[in-house]
Amino acid sequence: MSSLSTKIQEVFNEPACEKNRGKDAKARKEGCSKPLTPGAAAGGCAFDGAKIVLQPITDVAHLVHAPLACEGNSWDNRGAASSGPTLWRTSFTTDLTELDVVMGQGERKLFKAIREIKEAYGPPAIFVYSTCVTALIGEDIEAVCKRAAEKFGLAVVPVDAPGFVGSKNLGNKLAGEALLDHVIGTVEPDDAGPYDINILGEFNLAGEFWLVKPLLDRLGIRVRACIPGDARYRDVATAHRARAAMMVCSSALINLARKMEERWEIPFFEGSFYGITDTSEALRQISHLLVKKGADPEILDRTETLIALEEGIAWKKLAAYRPRLQGKRVLLNTGGVKSWSIVHALMEIGIEIVGTSVKKSTAKDKERIKQILKDDNHMFEQMAARELYAMLSEHKADIMLSGGRTQFIALKAKTPWLDINQERQHPYAGYDGMVELVRQIDLAIHNPIWRQVREPAPWDRPPAVKDELPSTKSETATVQAFKKFAGATAVDFGAC
Amino acid sequence: MVRILPQTKAAAVNPLKSSQPLGAALAFLGVDGAMPLFHGSQGCTSLALVLFVRHFKEAIPLQTTAMDEVATILGGADRLEEAILNLKARTKPTLIGVCTTALVETRGEDCAEEIATIKLKRAEDIAGTEVVLANTPDFDGAIEEGWAKAVTAMIEGITRPGQQARQSKKIAILPGWHLTVADIEHLREMVESFGLKPVILPDISGSLDGTVPDRWITTTYGGTSVEDIRELGTAAQCIVIGEHMRRPAEVLQRVTGVPYVLFQSLTGLRGADRFVSLISAISGATVPAGVRRRRAQLQDALLDGHFHFGGKKIAIAAEPDQLYQLATFFTDMGSDIAAAVVTTDMSKILQKIPAESVQVGDLGDLEALGADADLLVTHSHGRQAAQRLGIPLMHVGFPIFDRLGSQHKLTILYQGTRDLIFEVANIFQANRHAPTPEALDPLRMRDMPDELRSSPLTRH
Repeated sequence: MSSLSTKIQEVFNEPACEKNRGKDAKARKEGCSKPLTPGAAAGGCAFDGAKIVLQPITDVAHLVHAPLACEGNSWDNRGAASSGPTLWRTSFTTDLTELDVVMGQGERKLFKAIREIKEAYGPPAIFVYSTCVTALIGEDIEAVCKRAAEKFGLAVVPVDAPGFVGSKNLGNKLAGEALLDHVIGTVEPDDAGPYDINILGEFNLAGEFWLVKPLLDRLGIRVRACIPGDARYRDVATAHRARAAMMVCSSALINLARKMEERWEIPFFEGSFYGITDTSEALRQISHLLVKKGADPEILDRTETLIALEEGIAWKKLAAYRPRLQGKRVLLNTGGVKSWSIVHALMEIGIEIVGTSVKKSTAKDKERIKQILKDDNHMFEQMAARELYAMLSEHKADIMLSGGRTQFIALKAKTPWLDINQERQHPYAGYDGMVELVRQIDLAIHNPIWRQVREPAPWDRPPAVKDELPSTKSETATVQAFKKFAGATAVDFGAC
Repeated sequence: MVRILPQTKAAAVNPLKSSQPLGAALAFLGVDGAMPLFHGSQGCTSLALVLFVRHFKEAIPLQTTAMDEVATILGGADRLEEAILNLKARTKPTLIGVCTTALVETRGEDCAEEIATIKLKRAEDIAGTEVVLANTPDFDGAIEEGWAKAVTAMIEGITRPGQQARQSKKIAILPGWHLTVADIEHLREMVESFGLKPVILPDISGSLDGTVPDRWITTTYGGTSVEDIRELGTAAQCIVIGEHMRRPAEVLQRVTGVPYVLFQSLTGLRGADRFVSLISAISGATVPAGVRRRRAQLQDALLDGHFHFGGKKIAIAAEPDQLYQLATFFTDMGSDIAAAVVTTDMSKILQKIPAESVQVGDLGDLEALGADADLLVTHSHGRQAAQRLGIPLMHVGFPIFDRLGSQHKLTILYQGTRDLIFEVANIFQANRHAPTPEALDPLRMRDMPDELRSSPLTRH
């Protein structure tokens, strides 16, 4: 465990982290993870975080060394897309039993599991994840992996991030460390070129990176490795030969980006493909970094031409939604997405932002959001479920955009809701993705079910005139009742 | 205003319709101890019979007058008489429902007169058996018309005419043919939960619900009793489901004075609300907790389900009232009706279909008009079109021969609407296509300026 705790210290000490730079030495040493409150904690563990980051590598077999729950309760739950191999979606776990734990048979079982996977599936690599139980009973996963790699002649990568060491975010970073220690730089590519880049922290949810990649293709920029979305093991192993990198989800893989810069001089910037201006800015920065690293500067002009063209098309498409969405009030409640660029695009077509969470936004983001909204009352760190429910029940927003966890707060408050986190089905990246997001907002807000579900049951509605309530004694009254209840117009619903 | 487009093709390609006498027979099958009798050549009966069996997976009582060449030329009155007497002797039915076919109608046979004569001449032989006639030539109408004519014929022929003492708790219900066995059962339970006594005509839930009787019975074994049909005039009110049932309801009102209310659809929250409010008002009873619970469940199904419906293009081929029931269900969930194909232009309900146009036609039309749809909705014969187009098929209507249990699918009121939402959402989820780089490529269909052209680079 000593190497793991060193690693955790190191990760917490991340110098590239904006939040970290604001702290003094002592606070930095304490790390970012706030102590969890038993009974009031929510969110995944370090194992979860590590698996999320690595699992979209599509041709790798991901083997979870644990009793059933860790993998059995969590597999096949995220919508990253693959353009080829499907092995990553097959779930492997050692499924340790009581006897395995008591008799200390875990390591042997793990070794056997690796052999079975190698023989049945022949993957280029197997990633082995440690977990609470296997860490607690002292399984030496690293040694088993090393031995298996030698014996079977394939990469077997230990991922040391048992759940109890901390949060999901910490697990993200420990996954990055595993790649740095065991994968990146282990293979030399034979096709390295001056326009090779890495995209770090892009998960290709719903295939959304494919909305962006063709733009890079057009510019002659090659994605050496997108980590982890739609990646192959070999892509990741040769990622050290890229010329520049873009870091998409900053809090997840910042250590990976910084250390790759340190080790292999790959400069990086932090960007986002959500929203129109952000997408343009990302393309611009990629080209700049490549030119800085020796690419032909003509790419800068081509990039600007492409941006102008794509922005024009996208704004035009968005403008078509203005008449339908003008004045609609959106509540953005999300941690993952860097929201200012989306806020900007939504406001451009006349949508009003009645609130946005800034929990995972950087100080710079917050500043930008504040400027756009002109009112920082609309920014909140986090809102309690009850508050959120109250706000939505009072119709203070026409739609909430959020992740799955708050979905039912909106739905039970009979308010339209759109998933913009990892379980979603629709791609929102790039120019076309922004248009798709607005299309989905339009569909959600204008779905006719809202009128229906908000209507109280007729027997709960007070009658307009008391006398109209029919009495069953009198036949004519009952006939009246028919006319009243059977339809909007009695004529249509039966001439009695 | 919806445009009704007439059929212009000479050749119907993959017909949508089932024949009119089949619809009439189906209605007679909803009466206890009944024996439908097709007046035509024996093929008319056997083809309909085979289709019924494929759909219901049941032995179906259905007989024929087996018109031969001589009878076709000289007249079928004797065949009809012989058939009725034979059926009476061999199966002792309480009702023989005569459905004419195109053959006897084309030769211009006066079947009503013939039956009147038989009844007179053979009064003793057929005592205890009602004989009613539905004029249902195959060259006109489809199931809707046949069903409605049979119900009308039963009311005209069996129900005791004249104003009668009304029982305040008794409700007559005339359901359209498109209600399933489960729908009828549910209707009955719902009405009974308000302390009312429903008489449902026809009641296929008693006869075609797929049970295993402990002896062999050659007629239907369950359904509306002839006695109940006779006493329809004592009902306090009549409730009718489907525009095609307006005619029988009007006849009942004319004959007995029982007023009716017509529901064009019982699917959807609003239709269900109106129905429940109505029976609550008639009975004077408050809405039971169970019904309130079902309503809340439907609200939640609307919320959970609508994600799968929004913006989807639906292509439906069905008879008019079912088309209306389904089209409004889909548009209420946020989908668009991309194609609506129907069997006839005669129904008043077509004006209310929430689509730009309604094509009178066949499954060939559905295939052509629905090529871009996300879902085809029709009976089992639509499966080939669905396969060719690569679009999932939702099975509705008649016949459904490649799925089991279609009669037990609930489609009305809170619970049925809830189930429909789940069924459709599940079809969409089961047929979701994984995203591909090609499908998402934003530049795929676009002309690019030359300076931006470069060969796409790809590593895998």
